[in-house]
Amino acid sequence: MLAHQLAIESDLITADMVEVTEFPHLGQKYEVMGVPRTVIDETIHIEGAVPEPWLMKEFAKVLEK
Amino acid sequence: MALLNEKIRKEVRAALADVKQPVTLKVFTQTFECDYCKETRELVEEVAAQSPNVSVEVYDFIEDSKVAASYAIDKVPAVAIVGKKDYGIRLYGIPAGYEFGALIEDIKLVSAGDSALLPETRAMVAKLTKPIRIQVFSTPT
Repeated sequence: MLAHQLAIESDLITADMVEVTEFPHLGQKYEVMGVPRTVIDETIHIEGAVPEPWLMKEFAKVLEK
Repeated sequence: MALLNEKIRKEVRAALADVKQPVTLKVFTQTFECDYCKETRELVEEVAAQSPNVSVEVYDFIEDSKVAASYAIDKVPAVAIVGKKDYGIRLYGIPAGYEFGALIEDIKLVSAGDSALLPETRAMVAKLTKPIRIQVFSTPT
């Protein structure tokens, strides 16, 4: 849900939730072994449901790029 | 046949009771070679029927390709959850199981139009200068 909240917050953020068994090619592409798996901007991968500050620590890396 | 039983419908009705600002669920389907497209449309229509402020629009991924492109839909079934503007929230695959809860929460979130995020998160997000796509992968269970 955090991803969707971020999409509400910013017009620059889009948030997709993807049911991986229906799109197995994406599961392979993003190496989804466990769910939820969050992929930010194709590069940052987060395993599991993490608290907001944790997610934002990863998100900060996007700003640095 | 209904996908949601009366007990679930009741829960959905209660969950959507606070939805005051209109929300449109734009469903993208395809007639052939799409697992769960039909079920996705039916499920979304049943959910929308539980609130006077939630409506459904159905589009064909091929015939309405311009609409699909305008919502950046790249696979089906897809549901775009749109409020007074398009916030960029999409569900791909049938919104059952974990995604069913997400659908209900998304409707509430989009209707309210407020992220309810922490102040420091909002400050960080405000620094963004380029578009970012976040993808969350889930399974039905």
